[in-house]
Amino acid sequence: MSAKTLYDKVWDLHQVAKLPGGSTQLFVGLHLIHEVTSPQAFAALREKGLKVICPERTVATVDHIVPTTSQLRPFEDPLAEEMLSTLEKNCHEQGITLHGLGSGKQGIVHVIAPELGLTQPGMTIACGDSHTSTHGAFGAIAFGIGTSQVRDVLASQTLSMNKLKVRRIWVSGQLSNGVFAKDLILHIIQVLGVKGGVGYAYEFAGPAIESLSMEERMTICNMAIEGGARCGYVNPDAETFSYLHNKLHAPKGIYWERALKWWKSLASDERAIYDDEITFEASKISPTVTWGITPGQGISIEEKIPLPETLPPEERQIAEEAYKYMGFTPGSPIEGTEVEVCFIGSCTNGRISDLKEAAKIAKGKKVLERVKAFVVPGSEQVAEEAKAEGLDKIFTDAGFEWREPGCSMCLAMNSDRLIGRQISASSSNRNFKGRQGSSNGRTLLMSPAMVAAAAIKGKVTDVRKLTKGNH
Amino acid sequence: MNTTASFPKGPIKKIDGDAFSLNGDDIDTDRIIPARYLKCVSFNSLGEDVFADDRNEKQGEHPFDKKENQGCNILIVNANFGCGSSREHAPQALMRWGIRGIVGESFAEIFYGNCLALGIPCATASKAKVLQIQKAVVHRNNQNWTLDISRERINNEEESWDLNIEPGPKEMLLKGDWDATSQLIANEEAMKIKLSTLPYLNNF
Ligand code: SF4
Repeated sequence: MSAKTLYDKVWDLHQVAKLPGGSTQLFVGLHLIHEVTSPQAFAALREKGLKVICPERTVATVDHIVPTTSQLRPFEDPLAEEMLSTLEKNCHEQGITLHGLGSGKQGIVHVIAPELGLTQPGMTIACGDSHTSTHGAFGAIAFGIGTSQVRDVLASQTLSMNKLKVRRIWVSGQLSNGVFAKDLILHIIQVLGVKGGVGYAYEFAGPAIESLSMEERMTICNMAIEGGARCGYVNPDAETFSYLHNKLHAPKGIYWERALKWWKSLASDERAIYDDEITFEASKISPTVTWGITPGQGISIEEKIPLPETLPPEERQIAEEAYKYMGFTPGSPIEGTEVEVCFIGSCTNGRISDLKEAAKIAKGKKVLERVKAFVVPGSEQVAEEAKAEGLDKIFTDAGFEWREPGCSMCLAMNSDRLIGRQISASSSNRNFKGRQGSSNGRTLLMSPAMVAAAAIKGKVTDVRKLTKGNH
Repeated sequence: MNTTASFPKGPIKKIDGDAFSLNGDDIDTDRIIPARYLKCVSFNSLGEDVFADDRNEKQGEHPFDKKENQGCNILIVNANFGCGSSREHAPQALMRWGIRGIVGESFAEIFYGNCLALGIPCATASKAKVLQIQKAVVHRNNQNWTLDISRERINNEEESWDLNIEPGPKEMLLKGDWDATSQLIANEEAMKIKLSTLPYLNNF
């Protein structure tokens, strides 16, 4: 059993009681809500005659359903409009802060909480969304919950949970040029499998992780869930603190010094005990792309789509399903696969550093004519920063569409979606069948720079070939 | 569809009814309920849309459309069922279609918890055993199946298989404690102590 890890320390601090059945009642330090998984929770509360117990510990935004073309109200889609106005009404009635459209603070929930300084080390953070694991980048214990649990948190500021085991994923060495956090996490998931993390919290550590910026760490923790781990985290360090410094909700003045001291005490002890440990070597990782229908079906850009007989027996069935669905022949290279739609955005890779990397590739080039390419910033703040740096112009000059912030074609609940069997290069996190809005649409996951490269060439391209000589 | 049957409440000791099988590992929540059906402020109509895209593709041949499976309430699945997003719409859609208990090799964690919070037990068994049960279900000629929570087993009139149900959830189901909300609220005092002592809520 793990001991003295950050996970253990934060868990212990937040325990409220033991519950019948053996699970733990855990205090939730920060609760984030959005329009899709909260309306039924508020309705259930009303049905039971309950109120939100700590409205100041819940923060709301709107992201999943918002259109990214025009955000004028009422929305064209009446169902989307109903969802947003329901959220507005619920927040208003219960005294919950809502960062709505045009507030300057709206965006994908996992993008805005860090940029507002709401996400801090040592917190427990819950949200009705599986990518809540993102916030673990700060050394918080953050996990996705279902709507019944959203109701529980609203009603009690706590939830019923079982303690996870802790696996340390140690990444030695450094990522090479043209290889990003996204490639690293796709690689890890490919090796450990989409079920590998079930029952675990992933602690990402080691020199390669320590060298990552906060935004890159968020990309890694974001996709812990794709590897089956309900939460992933990185121990807080100088990088964490410098990111947080002067953020809107970060502690200020003498409280900042006190916070630093406390935050530092939370990191896993040198002699912490883990339930499992595994090591990766960062320098061996190449740009990584998925070829199938689970995020674990990834390969390096130099590799070929695996032959069934080279796969472990338990992966063959899903591989067969993937060849058929994707229309790919085992043994053929992934590089050169033609793409039709290119999407840069999402809570995995819709932050300012992601847009910068993609813009470096797009600058002065043109999106291949038959390709539809668009950029959806992760938040209003990201959009503003990007405009201030002229990134929007770089993208539009290159033939990308520049959109308003939201989740967009990550899950295609708005009108951004694939049509028919279209194939996309996407910086998002899920390549499940039908994920991007068409029941037979196809998704190749990759880093934002790789998506930009795919847009220019109209096919899956090794981004390193486009940047040769630029370094 | 069995949506008129009442939803789970109180202690859940066993589920009597009929079982059917849905084959495949890693069936994710996007398949159970595609994202476009999440555009709703109530769960009421979700039963009709469960597996919408898969069913559309299979044109009446999908297990959820087959005539002999209508009215079934026990679902047999394979490994990592319910992986992907945390959407509770997935178990809600299954429940509203009529599912009251699920047996499989393994379940995704959030999905498992979401099911428990609705009073839907997820029982596990080895791969080999699940395949046996699926075979028996496909060739079933009687419709009397029971998922017995306290005995941790599933049986029909002729055969029975032992299953695993985690002790915590099992106790919660048997006692009717699976709806956590009231217990959590009861500990308000202890919660308030956290509120007034956690460093980050009290200026460190
Ligand atoms: S961007 Fe995608 S994964 Fe992230 S919260 Fe939105 S829909 Fe979920």
